[in-house]
Amino acid sequence: MLKIKDLSVEIEGNKILKGLNLEMNKGEVHAIMGPNGAGKSTLSAVIAGREEYEVTGGTIEFEEKDIMDMAPEERAHLGIFLSFQYPVEIPGVSVTNFIKTAINESRKATDLDPMPAKDLLKKMRDKQELLEMDKTFMSRSINEGFSGGEKKRNEIFQMAMLDPKLAILDETDSGLDIDALRIVANGVNKLKNDNNAVMIITHYQRLLDHIVPDFVHVLFDGKIVKTGDKNLALRLEDQGYDWIKQEQKV
Amino acid sequence: MNLQEKLSQSFKDLGSRLNGSESKSLRELRSRSFDYFKGQGFPTNQDEEWKYTSLNKIVKRDFDFSSQVSSEILAEDIEPFLCEGLDSYKLIFINGVFNKSLSILGSNEKFFVGSLKQGMKEMPDIINTHYGKLADTKQSLVALNTAMANEGAFVYVNKGVKLDKLVQILFVNTNHEESRMMQTRNLFVLEDFAEVQIFERHQALNQGHVFSNSVTESSVGNQAHFKHFKLQNDFDSSSMVDSTFVKQGANSSALVDTFAFSGELVRNNLHFEFTGMHAEAHMDAITLLKGKSLVDHHTFVDHAVPHCQSNQLYKGVYDEKSKGVFNGKVMVRKDAQKTNAFQQNNNLLLSDFSSIDTKPQLEIFADDVACSHGCTIGQLDEEALFYMQTRGIPLKEAKAFLMFAFAGDTLKNITIPELKTQLINLVARELKVDLELNEV
Repeated sequence: MLKIKDLSVEIEGNKILKGLNLEMNKGEVHAIMGPNGAGKSTLSAVIAGREEYEVTGGTIEFEEKDIMDMAPEERAHLGIFLSFQYPVEIPGVSVTNFIKTAINESRKATDLDPMPAKDLLKKMRDKQELLEMDKTFMSRSINEGFSGGEKKRNEIFQMAMLDPKLAILDETDSGLDIDALRIVANGVNKLKNDNNAVMIITHYQRLLDHIVPDFVHVLFDGKIVKTGDKNLALRLEDQGYDWIKQEQKV
Repeated sequence: MNLQEKLSQSFKDLGSRLNGSESKSLRELRSRSFDYFKGQGFPTNQDEEWKYTSLNKIVKRDFDFSSQVSSEILAEDIEPFLCEGLDSYKLIFINGVFNKSLSILGSNEKFFVGSLKQGMKEMPDIINTHYGKLADTKQSLVALNTAMANEGAFVYVNKGVKLDKLVQILFVNTNHEESRMMQTRNLFVLEDFAEVQIFERHQALNQGHVFSNSVTESSVGNQAHFKHFKLQNDFDSSSMVDSTFVKQGANSSALVDTFAFSGELVRNNLHFEFTGMHAEAHMDAITLLKGKSLVDHHTFVDHAVPHCQSNQLYKGVYDEKSKGVFNGKVMVRKDAQKTNAFQQNNNLLLSDFSSIDTKPQLEIFADDVACSHGCTIGQLDEEALFYMQTRGIPLKEAKAFLMFAFAGDTLKNITIPELKTQLINLVARELKVDLELNEV
């Protein structure tokens, strides 16, 4: 589904990713872990199509298509979703309006008619329930005045509404209390199936207790330096990243 | 002939046309005002109040003061400019002349909705009491209007009456080639406990150089409630100076909500004063410009009595080479304790060539007051645009969405659903928002 080959990325002359390779298949959950500044958020932003980053080398393919020259919205229409570490507040735009526009723009891009209002409403109600969200959410401006937990739940709610093929969760666990973490993780698990894939970017093990990864990758100094199963995450939680750094020096 | 000479001639012609049919006091007011205007001339950049906005180019035009060829305008020609699906009173003016057959008038002992000329005939006492009493004839353009104007809207609402329908006032201009100057004059009188809402629109049908010099006086009685929506949606060849004076009695509320979408030059002078305590004034505006349009909002709120509140919310989106000016002056006089005066001016500049000059002025002589002003100038939030794009909303729509959201809170005081829909659609159209914005 996702094939990243030898990806090198700079921002304002600083090399952040330095030849990163990653492959993900349908039905898989991958966790990307690594110390601060390793390039985790850069990776997610570049896959989603953020323009500020300069790709100096390598390729990203999604379902056999080169997506490097695509605008963020085109990537979204292909089924790539990025849950933000810091979701943006958009005063004056209600969650309902926003999600409706997002869904219908995606449908338009794939030559589908707008989703009938009835179906949309029903889907919204279902997903709201899944994420244990208050009804008043829908009429509030996106993320405006939302607590940290509400913002993250709103991200997963949007993911649920948009049914992406690839969901990238960038530090979705940061700023969540135990209950919110459980709700968010439960939401992701329910959405997970054999036809989609999830990339979880995180510092900590705790989200991975709830969403069990098939692969754990360690991103260090712009490259994936180690790949393992869920036990790798446990070892990182236990021992930190020093041993990775030691290994890299050798 | 230069413009001054033409105006003198035109003033004489008006005098002979009216042929003494107006009251003595009005005749005197006209001639006093004209003398004052002659002495002052048009405002120039030397005048502090006109520092950023020059009428120079406009007043150099070769204005045609010959009487207008009456224009055949049908109901369907003006329909698009009126608020649809709403039972309302309509006052239609074509090239500054009242068109009775296109209008829907109303009058009984409770109210009067008609033209100023009619009002002068039918309610001379009310006119004498209120006409020319609020407008500041020490402003040369107001003086010029006071001297020359003899058409406009007149709305009177008697004590305790809530007018049952919206009053729609439409000034249509059909000129295409010659340059025309219009002097329109409105008078709105709300007695105590009265209520009325007015939607005033200026609309050119052709690319002619029209310069409208409009004056409105609104007298809002004690505990009366008044809403005045103004839409300035002309071609960018039209220019307008609108001077509006609002006086509010105790416990009254008044809103002036201005929508400025185009114009070679638009200047709005908005003046509020309070004569009784606990009055509340709201001034909202949304300015959406492109091309070389210039819109200049000058507000002056005079807090002379205690316990009054004024709120100003001015928002602007400027694209291409357009230019905005906001100059908001709030005066809190010595006795006006417990005044609440708020002023907010937020702007988006969408191009490197657009600009906004913004100048808040607070002059406070009382010590127990809450006054604030804020001003922001910015671009669209890149982070928010990217966020929307990652959800599949194309950049163009994302931008429109953000602009619409930015403009949105100036629409909050519109309570008539049909009018709100109309204005929302117009804002959406100006911003090229191709979105279904109503809630599901």
